[in-house]
Amino acid sequence: MAALVALKDLGVAFNGVTVLHGVDLQIARGEAIGVVGESGSGKSVTFLAALGLLPRSARVTGAVELDGANILGAPDAVLDRVRGRRVAMIFQDPASALNPVLTIRRQIGESLARHRGLTGQAIEREARRLLDLVGIADAPRRLSAYPHEFSGGQNQRIMIAMALAGSPDLLIADEPTTALDATIQAQILELIGRVRRETGMALVLISHDLGVVAENCERVAVMYAGRIVEEAPAAAVFAQPLHPYTEGLIGALPPIDGPRRRLTAIAGTVPDPKDMPSECAFAPRCNHAGPRCGAIPPLRAIAGARRLACVRHHEALPFIEAAE
Amino acid sequence: MTAPLIEARALVRVYHSRQGLFGAARALRAVDGVSLAIAPGETLGLVGESGSGKSTTGRMVLGLEPPDAGSVHFAGEPLPPPGTPPWRALRARVQMIFQDPLGALDRRLTIADQIAEPLEIHRRGDQPARAERVRELMRQVGLSADHGARYPHELSGGQRQRAVLARALATAPEFLVCDEPVSALDVSIQAQVVNLLIDLQASLKLAMLFISHDLRVVRQVSARVAVMYLGRIVELGDADDLFATPAHPYTRALVSASPAPGRRSATRIVLAGDPPDPAARPSGCAFHPRCAHALPRCRGETPVLVNVAPGRSAACHLVTPAHAPIDAAA
Repeated sequence: MAALVALKDLGVAFNGVTVLHGVDLQIARGEAIGVVGESGSGKSVTFLAALGLLPRSARVTGAVELDGANILGAPDAVLDRVRGRRVAMIFQDPASALNPVLTIRRQIGESLARHRGLTGQAIEREARRLLDLVGIADAPRRLSAYPHEFSGGQNQRIMIAMALAGSPDLLIADEPTTALDATIQAQILELIGRVRRETGMALVLISHDLGVVAENCERVAVMYAGRIVEEAPAAAVFAQPLHPYTEGLIGALPPIDGPRRRLTAIAGTVPDPKDMPSECAFAPRCNHAGPRCGAIPPLRAIAGARRLACVRHHEALPFIEAAE
Repeated sequence: MTAPLIEARALVRVYHSRQGLFGAARALRAVDGVSLAIAPGETLGLVGESGSGKSTTGRMVLGLEPPDAGSVHFAGEPLPPPGTPPWRALRARVQMIFQDPLGALDRRLTIADQIAEPLEIHRRGDQPARAERVRELMRQVGLSADHGARYPHELSGGQRQRAVLARALATAPEFLVCDEPVSALDVSIQAQVVNLLIDLQASLKLAMLFISHDLRVVRQVSARVAVMYLGRIVELGDADDLFATPAHPYTRALVSASPAPGRRSATRIVLAGDPPDPAARPSGCAFHPRCAHALPRCRGETPVLVNVAPGRSAACHLVTPAHAPIDAAA
């Protein structure tokens, strides 16, 4: 089956500095895919670029196909039918994404009018249903409230309600729970999971937290310095990480139970995009780096529905297949 | 247990806030009767969600904020009043590091100058001795000599937190309060700083109060852990043991909400509702509106922190039958 969304060689440059070096990623209908990486890895830029949400100074190359049709650089009229309607996006800080001087009714109503063409009583009914769906009780009264009257977790629920107003096929959630407390994070992730089960919506969950992604996604793409370096089914990534960076990220995560072990810190820091090494971008921090790492390794499909960009494993491919 | 280095008894901190311009002032009990003791060289972790009072507790333990009730003793002596000479002398023995290293550093001073500042304030050594001490501190926290000549904006987040740590350690303190020291850092950098804190704690025999919302990081660095909810400690115990077998329903929910690779969300306990407003504290057990196991008496009667097993205390009617002798409950 054709992918719902396919990013093809997507690249982004700001003022001549390339921050995204050709990302290829396919998102199937109804699938939950996690995108993991540290700050500056390009995980947010990838999806902002895909939806045409970057400032005009950004140079975006490649293609973004929605049901096979390229939407990259499409006129605003086309994008307006995509954004919010087919693909919705929510962000880390719900309070700044909501308008502080408008009631929740106005804001959800605007989405419903724009994306679904509803009017009058139909808007009110649908807004109540959405608030109910995201678990905000007493919807008729709460619709008249302003964002500051809600807690952070409730505001994120309202953002989700607005995102769902257009019945999107894909929800892109960019660090949706990072600003929230642990018990509220669990509530929001549970809510997103429930909506997905009920509507069959696909999900891209962008997060710096491998644990969050592992628990909520079927597939994981790991990004480093503007490239995908590894992509695999979620369980496989944790059971057998292949890229040294993925391995390092997992080793850097303290376990919540079992014996304590010393964290395996990755030495050094992420390279500056203005001063990107011409070799594999991870090589300066990699314990296994050798002379073969001088060229940038391509992201290659390997056994087990995985993709990997590491020379060391490319050479050892028969071993990987034998291990399956 | 040896005599505690730092001991807080029944600390209370009340803030007054107004809702709207003409609204009535409301009393908000940010910290409501917190007692804790930390032995020399021991790390106590303090976890809780926003509004649980963990940072306020940290500031009161250091004497940066006066408690409205209760007392803090350092090395057996009550904390001197802020601003007095004995208090300033004590400040060399207790230090604090915060979440945001850029905010804690002076943008106009080089890293080496900032690390030397506490030595100048507390009149430690002469100029060459101070310069040598700065070099030693920078080595200890893993900064190279040429980082000393740079300004804060020229360092990465992890390097800045190392510089803040070097400055905090300059006067060889015995007690360090760390308030979310790694929360703003990326995972790989966070691991570097966590390892560094563990190493320094062990080699310098530092007592630490490690405040964080991240259970995984707290477990990694702490010997014992206290869990706070709405201004009170609801559970206290050995770190590994507490996270493996949490007794309080809130601790159980927190542990299950902490994402772990390989565990599916099916096992997660999802709490209903938001953390309540500290200004409108629920009656009885503050957790009862969100607790799946709440009984009628949880609404009326506030549970106290009692020993429920060796080295473990909890404040929950379900964990300990009220008024029962401690050994019967254990």
